[in-house]
Amino acid sequence: MSVTAEKSVYEQLGGEPAMAAAVEVFYRKVLADDHISHFFEDVDMERQAAKQKAFLTMVTGGPVHYSGKDMRAGHAPLVKRGLNDSHFDAVAGHLKATLEELGVAAPLVAKVLTIAESARADVLGR
Amino acid sequence: MAKVKHESDWYPLESGESVLDALLRQGVSIPNACRAGACQSCLMRAVAGTVPEAAQVGLKDTLRAQGYFLACACRPPEGTLLEVTGAEALRIPARIQALSWLSTSVLRVRLVTDSPLAYHAGQYLSLVREDGLTRSYSLASLPHEDALELHVRLLPGGAMSGWLAHDARPGDRLQVQGPAGSCFYVPGRPEQPLLLAGTGTGLAPLYGIVRDALAAGHAGPIWLFHGARTPEGLYLTSELRALAEQHPQFRYRPGVLEGGTRDVAEGALDALIRAECPKPLGWRAWLCGDGPLVLSLRKKLFLAGLSLKDLHTDAFLPSVPQGQRTSDAGAR
Ligand SMILES: Cc1cc2nc3c(=O)[nH]c(=O)nc-3n(C[C@H](O)[C@H](O)[C@H](O)COP(=O)(O)OP(=O)(O)OC[C@H]3O[C@@H](n4cnc5c(N)ncnc54)[C@H](O)[C@@H]3O)c2cc1C
Ligand code: FES
Repeated sequence: MSVTAEKSVYEQLGGEPAMAAAVEVFYRKVLADDHISHFFEDVDMERQAAKQKAFLTMVTGGPVHYSGKDMRAGHAPLVKRGLNDSHFDAVAGHLKATLEELGVAAPLVAKVLTIAESARADVLGR
Repeated sequence: MAKVKHESDWYPLESGESVLDALLRQGVSIPNACRAGACQSCLMRAVAGTVPEAAQVGLKDTLRAQGYFLACACRPPEGTLLEVTGAEALRIPARIQALSWLSTSVLRVRLVTDSPLAYHAGQYLSLVREDGLTRSYSLASLPHEDALELHVRLLPGGAMSGWLAHDARPGDRLQVQGPAGSCFYVPGRPEQPLLLAGTGTGLAPLYGIVRDALAAGHAGPIWLFHGARTPEGLYLTSELRALAEQHPQFRYRPGVLEGGTRDVAEGALDALIRAECPKPLGWRAWLCGDGPLVLSLRKKLFLAGLSLKDLHTDAFLPSVPQGQRTSDAGAR
């Protein structure tokens, strides 16, 4: 179908319900990874999960509009605490694994990772 | 600068300051305890002006609609003009019916309210003493029972617990405000395994929830883990053992850090839970009591596969002495 080409990855994946299912799997992977979990020490897990969901929605092209400036400001305290490429790679890895675990087709996974990659400079404040 | 009007006077707020901190700083007495948006002791009502969304998190829709908000979580943006009143209208007069010891350090407080209080077993209320001292306590009773029951741990130097343990007498009057909290049993999925865990007086809401679930005919396994440092910290043990004998689906597992016996396991609470319930996937859980323990258990159970929507917690945050934790309170 020709409309498929215009649909965002977010819509192709199934929109909000798909994000709700993905966020727990993704957040669990992030929390269980000792290399990065200390950046997620906020005791309010609901709030953290909501942030993870906003992130997933963004990298799949859904209705969350972060500007590069928001990303920079939001991550600046973490950069101060040593956030670097290795942590970014780890999160991207969990993102990939999550999508694969949920049966998302390889080309879509690749698209999502490309979008995530485009945020690297802002996240790491470069 | 934002300003708050309370009883015909305007009070200026410093940048980023909460309504509670500003009023306390300027000598207005407002009930409060946790200063972290958890206990709902600081409930107030906005009669003019708007409060930030964050100040209404956790409130019932009916309260929101009437403009109620949590003063400790209310940081109005620059330029806001807000007129507020207290939450006196929500308080129900009550009197102490009975006081008795459940263990050497846990007091059972039974209260009778002048008008009925509608609540779910497992919710908590704010207890307001005549002089305004306010603390939150979980309900251990069931709504159809004739008195409200609280389990209060006596803290050395504790203002409310000390007063209840040493000075209060049956017949004394106070007020209750509430109920609050979403830690309660909702019927449906009667076969789903339930996990309840808490330390100390975290047992109070769990005791209500267990009896509520059993009364609702919950048929799936119901595990109750109660932890304490030593066996003296456990209480209601014989009542809970009797309940387990009547209801084979109910399993009561007391545990202590030191001094375990044949009937009482020894070890950390999370290790006991892991040993008995290694794969709690698709379960529903309630965690109550000591703040850090509840939060760490929640994280472990989430990692073990429980969904966040099936994880209900009440962290018993301690009160904050005035002048402390003003800037980061509410940042939970
Ligand atoms: C949602 C909620 C539900 C609660 N339910 C219960 C309940 O069912 N039963 C119950 O006993 N308590 C419960 N609490 C705690 C209760 O509200 C009071 O904080 C507690 O009774 C102490 O009050 P107090 O006036 O005796 O002591 P305070 O005068 O407030 O405290 C004396 C000193 O002890 C410190 N302190 C207070 N609590 C603790 C603690 N837990 N551990 C270490 N230090 C502490 C204070 O910071 C202070 O320095 C609950 C709290 C919340 C937020
Ligand atoms: S909710 Fe404001 S003091 Fe506890």
